[in-house]
Amino acid sequence: MSADFLYTIEVILNGLMAGVLYALVALGFVLIFKASGIFNYAQGVMALFAALTLVGLQEGRVPFAHLINATFGTHVHNFDWTLPAVAAIALTVVVMVLFAICVEKLILKHLVNQEPIILFMATIGLAYFMEGFGDLMWGSDVKKLNVGIPQGGSLWFEDLTIGWAAEGEKFYGMYIDILDVWAAVIALVLVLVLTIFSQYTKSGRALRAVADDHQAALSVGISLRMIWVLVWSISGFVALVAGMMWGAKSGVQFSLSLIALKALPVLMLGGFTSIPGAIVGGLIIGAGEKLFEFFIGPLIGGATENWFAYVLALLFLVFRPQGLFGEKIIERV
Amino acid sequence: MSKASISIGGVTGKVPVMEIKNIVLRFGGVVAIQDISFDIYEGEIRAIIGPNGAGKSSMLNVINGFYHPQEGEVWFRGRKRAAMKPYQIAHQGIARTFQNIALFKGMSALDNIMTGRFTHMKKGVFSQMIWKGSAEREEYENREIVERVIDFLEIQHIRKTPVGALPYGLQKRVELGRALAAEPQLLLLDEPMAGMNVEEKEDMSRYILDVNSEFGTTVALIEHDMGVVMDISDRVVVMDYGKKIGDGSPDEVRNDQAVIDAYLGVSDN
Repeated sequence: MSADFLYTIEVILNGLMAGVLYALVALGFVLIFKASGIFNYAQGVMALFAALTLVGLQEGRVPFAHLINATFGTHVHNFDWTLPAVAAIALTVVVMVLFAICVEKLILKHLVNQEPIILFMATIGLAYFMEGFGDLMWGSDVKKLNVGIPQGGSLWFEDLTIGWAAEGEKFYGMYIDILDVWAAVIALVLVLVLTIFSQYTKSGRALRAVADDHQAALSVGISLRMIWVLVWSISGFVALVAGMMWGAKSGVQFSLSLIALKALPVLMLGGFTSIPGAIVGGLIIGAGEKLFEFFIGPLIGGATENWFAYVLALLFLVFRPQGLFGEKIIERV
Repeated sequence: MSKASISIGGVTGKVPVMEIKNIVLRFGGVVAIQDISFDIYEGEIRAIIGPNGAGKSSMLNVINGFYHPQEGEVWFRGRKRAAMKPYQIAHQGIARTFQNIALFKGMSALDNIMTGRFTHMKKGVFSQMIWKGSAEREEYENREIVERVIDFLEIQHIRKTPVGALPYGLQKRVELGRALAAEPQLLLLDEPMAGMNVEEKEDMSRYILDVNSEFGTTVALIEHDMGVVMDISDRVVVMDYGKKIGDGSPDEVRNDQAVIDAYLGVSDN
């Protein structure tokens, strides 16, 4: 095989891996949108908050340390212990469930039957609140996250692929980050579990029922509050997984909350209401933007990755507004 | 689904399942229901009729907990009912259908009817996720009841069809199926025959009569149009402008002057 061809495959592979990470964020959006018709602007910040909490718990940081020190003139920063990754993850899940309960009690409960735009505004408020709250709780410094997932290029894969090039071609093997492979596997498992959950369990059915018709759902005995807490907990969990993967890759810092922006074009492509759509959309965007940068980028001055996804999404809005897998909405007039 | 012992083919022993006592419902300054009392016997078909805007649907919404009346009491099975959320009332055994079909449009007919079993399924999320043993058995048991409902309503051929794609008459039938799957002690039907042609109306009447006689289900239904209702119901409440103007057997009600006036209008002199 020629080296150019192998390079192209490498670009696609890495694009797909990046796409999985986009998809992880998009998944959180889809879950909440499906169940309540709310576009949750705070999804990105939830990922940041979950990652911050995970690091904080794992390293035994004192929550609100700056606030405590400034108020009482003390100098506490760390407890004397560190937690194993699994325990820290479990505790973070508990925190995200508590967060879901608070969201229901403090926000959603008071906005029943309001227009979607009102709920959307509420999530914008929530996003800014969480951003500040996360900073206050854990500090704004860039943190390193290590939950024990191996990282770095796979030598095995490099060795495997180095022999594929034709004799005499310059090719040093393909680069693949092990972390990305892990992320892909985890995302796949997550999608499978969520699909099984929503298709074949009582709660999953209840969740889809609430998404379709509130009144009818109530009339068969489904509690809206229970469902909302459930769905925000699940999307909090998805946010944790996304925050964990991105945090391990590029450190836990404020910019983590901006990955939500990359999820938008993914959603437009895959459709706001489809769990598999989020994954396929992510893969297309990931591979598409890397390929575009690789082939077209050099011709037009590069840095196409910043805008390619959005242009692709715009094209989709024109020709297929419901996305690839979204439900087509037909209004009878 | 056993036949209630006191009910044989719509003939009722006079045990009230539900008593409505002096209900007053206001929306701001508008009085939707004005001091209405009536009862529903075990095993009967009870109709609430009246012209448009008489407050029939509001009455049903009070029974099912969507509206909370300002005054009055609702007694269910001999006990005064506290103010409850609609989903709690569903758990008590009251199921309903809606005037403008309220189905879960994205789901198949089978899944829609399966949601009707919600109040009977006790296993939690996690045991269901793992999908073993008791949770699985529960799913199968409930599925069996759902299949019986589907057979009863003769909708086997549309089991897997998303309900949004079904014609109106069949959607109404699926909605009835969802309510029946709950094996309700009291079944509320909000204009079950609205918008149907004569044939569909006859089918629906037959299903309602069969539900009542075969399963002994107590039915309370609202209708706008007197015709069919008079044929299938045991007793009729007539409402007009939020007030009760008649109550009794179909024959009594049909010959009641106040009812005739409300339906045909009265001349001014």
